[in-house]
Amino acid sequence: MSLSRPELQKMLDVVRATQPVEIDCDVCLMQVGEFAELNLVGKPIPEGLKAIEQHLTVCDECREEYELLRGFLRK
Amino acid sequence: MVQERDNNEWIAALQADGPLREAALSDLRGMLLIGLKTALKSRSDFVDSLLDDFVQDSLVRILRSLDQFQNRSRFVTWATAIAIRVALTELRKRRWRDVSLETLVADTGFEPSAAETSPDRESQPIIEAMYRIIGSDLTEKQRTVLLAEIKGMAQEEIARQMGSSRNALYKLSHDARQRLKQGLEKAGFTAQEYAITIS
Repeated sequence: MSLSRPELQKMLDVVRATQPVEIDCDVCLMQVGEFAELNLVGKPIPEGLKAIEQHLTVCDECREEYELLRGFLRK
Repeated sequence: MVQERDNNEWIAALQADGPLREAALSDLRGMLLIGLKTALKSRSDFVDSLLDDFVQDSLVRILRSLDQFQNRSRFVTWATAIAIRVALTELRKRRWRDVSLETLVADTGFEPSAAETSPDRESQPIIEAMYRIIGSDLTEKQRTVLLAEIKGMAQEEIARQMGSSRNALYKLSHDARQRLKQGLEKAGFTAQEYAITIS
């Protein structure tokens, strides 16, 4: 078995988004609430939260949790 | 009825003793029950009977993390993010606990030639370079983490089977992605060039 097309695509996408310095999942968790609230009202993301945006691009699990949080905030 | 509290009132109440703390804990428990149920109800792997444990475990983690709340979002948003992390971590663990990391990664292999995964002509050289770099430039641990993550295996379960932690795993994954990116650049592929859609 080899990697499927979606898996190959995912690999290229995460490698492309990789940065020399990244935050980990625990740091993301502590700040993702602020990111979600700003995002929901369409406010620009400040420089200090850009690392959250990048982490959500490369981490499937944090992104999945963020989507659920957004859904919760929308209601 | 849930008492309205601002962030400072939440923190003060949860750090207090006696009835003030009990009332805040009861309100938070109620809000998390509703929030988690709403967030998780459409998932096929969620059943209501898990909810109480999720909320209880979330409360423990929230109380343990109170000093990390930076007052930059609503307290309830921050607490709900933690509860979602706790719940999804458990659901992922249940889904992946019987899957062998060794088998998953061994089955992946490094050959890009299988007919069902053969990419189009434009992406073929990049894919071949990527397989080559994964096979030669990454350590075994880096390769294992990267491939298991791409396959969607839960990070907690990868960490458990490797005798590591989720954050240590993230560092390994980051190192692997960096090496792969550097390898692709060395092979002449810029990030712009592999911003492609594999058809």
